[in-house]
Amino acid sequence: MAAYLLRRLMRAALILLGVSLITYVLLFLLPADPARQVAGRTASVAQVEQVRHQLGLDRPVWEQYGRYIARLASGDLGRSYVQRSQVSELVGSRLPATLLLMVGAIFCELLFGLTLGAFAAFRRNTLMDQGIMLGAFFFVSQPQFFLSYLLLYLFAVILGWFPIGGYGDFKHLVLPAVTLGLIGTGWYARIMRSSVIEVLRQDYVRTARAKGLTRGRTILVHIVPNALLPILAMIGLDIGTFMGGIVVVESVFGWPGIGQLTWQAIQQIDIPIIMGVTLVSACAIVLGNLLADLVAPLIDPRIRLK
Amino acid sequence: MIVAALLKRKLALLGLVIITVFVLAAIFAPFIAPFPPEQQFFEGLTLEGAPLPPNAQFWLGTDLLGRDLLSRLLFGSQATLLVGVVANGIALVIGAVIGMTAGYLRGWAATLLMGFTDLMMSFPILLLAILLAAMTSPGLWKVAFVIAMVSWVQVARVVYAETMSLSEREYVVAVRSVGASTPRIILRHILPHLLPTLIVWGTLGIATTSLFEAVLSYLGVGVQPPTPSWGNMVNENQTYFESAPWLVFFPSLCIGFLALAFNLIGDALRDILDPTLRGRH
Repeated sequence: MAAYLLRRLMRAALILLGVSLITYVLLFLLPADPARQVAGRTASVAQVEQVRHQLGLDRPVWEQYGRYIARLASGDLGRSYVQRSQVSELVGSRLPATLLLMVGAIFCELLFGLTLGAFAAFRRNTLMDQGIMLGAFFFVSQPQFFLSYLLLYLFAVILGWFPIGGYGDFKHLVLPAVTLGLIGTGWYARIMRSSVIEVLRQDYVRTARAKGLTRGRTILVHIVPNALLPILAMIGLDIGTFMGGIVVVESVFGWPGIGQLTWQAIQQIDIPIIMGVTLVSACAIVLGNLLADLVAPLIDPRIRLK
Repeated sequence: MIVAALLKRKLALLGLVIITVFVLAAIFAPFIAPFPPEQQFFEGLTLEGAPLPPNAQFWLGTDLLGRDLLSRLLFGSQATLLVGVVANGIALVIGAVIGMTAGYLRGWAATLLMGFTDLMMSFPILLLAILLAAMTSPGLWKVAFVIAMVSWVQVARVVYAETMSLSEREYVVAVRSVGASTPRIILRHILPHLLPTLIVWGTLGIATTSLFEAVLSYLGVGVQPPTPSWGNMVNENQTYFESAPWLVFFPSLCIGFLALAFNLIGDALRDILDPTLRGRH
């Protein structure tokens, strides 16, 4: 197990290195001049060249990348070209908002998705089941900006129950979290449904019923806990989708998280921030995948981690 | 046979109807659209310069520049469908080639190719797509290409796993032992068995790629105005969303129904083509 973990962590480090290399080269190829950005619009050509030299931007790309990685190894993500502060500070200050949104969204998708999925499984092949599955398909097929604007219009503009956007108390969290959660609800409902159906076919469920357990007790003790295991793996794999979703949802709701920081940085071509958030997101995705693989043997004991 | 099985399923039939409507709209847009999509009407805006709600002249209302929304939606279906289908086609080919090569050759080739696939899996793909899109000059084909570059990964992984198991089968060992060349084995004896998987992903994938187009165009890095696409229509009109929400909702609904249709058909195809799943759903 320890050897497996060690090998997975080394692989993760390799993947992160690859991600950083590709992103760095792509950013280098962008038609933009970072030295001009740092020096400012009014700077003379000589000043721009001086800044270019100071930042090492006149060096060949592989040397720049080498320096970036060397600094990264000591925990330094560099300094923003536009905002002039440390990237780690900027990302760190935005992280709590995004984590809060993430917890809210996962809570929503689990609450709606698992309930609806289990419900559909117990009522298999009824009109109710088909309705829930069509609804699940509907939500996974919606672009994030549609659900954002739909909920915003209904609950903020028309009903006025929630603020139109921003960050602060619980009321601000509800709409963006539900928006992100509804998209996930579709996936979780589908997985939960097939997972419950799978468990219902198992012999131990028949045994439990045969020895006289009530229907409710069978569901709570024998069916639901076993059906939940595949969901655990799903949460880990979900992080990548989530990282994509926050860019749109955070900008519609004005939620001051990583997504908005990313979008601003892209518009200003603020290379150190783009590198930073890419690496942070990639880390989250790699950890999520690792989590999914670690719970796999719990789901199916025939799977051994090698 | 597959079509007949599809027609028997209500949800798949619904999907087929939706797609037929959108494809017809895209093909016949120049003939059925009431107005040219880029024409700005003086009477298409209120005296204060706000867009008009749906009315007798402009059935779905007008957008922020006084253009007919229905005409733009009809023409917008061209860009969205074209990008979605082409992107998914390219992604399917890349994924199949990488997956089959790695799955059949094994060894260092597989380590390299699947290592790269794993790397792509860990990439925040929206970011990657935005960077790629920002590097190239805009154009429908470039947008499709960018989306394909980030969408082939799932296909490669599935094809890889299936090719590995197929290449162990006795009939493959038999053709190899009579001296068939590697390309011949892959193309004649392995590819045909992958077709069900490729058909399913070829359908489900369009839902993902057209949603991707919508999000990129919504962010302003996808299909560029004045060419209408459902995503960039939302981008243009979102400032009016409180007073004229239909300008955001109509294009969004089109995207949602298109993706829904491909998801429904893809799911039904998976049921039909994968016998191990039969009876479980």
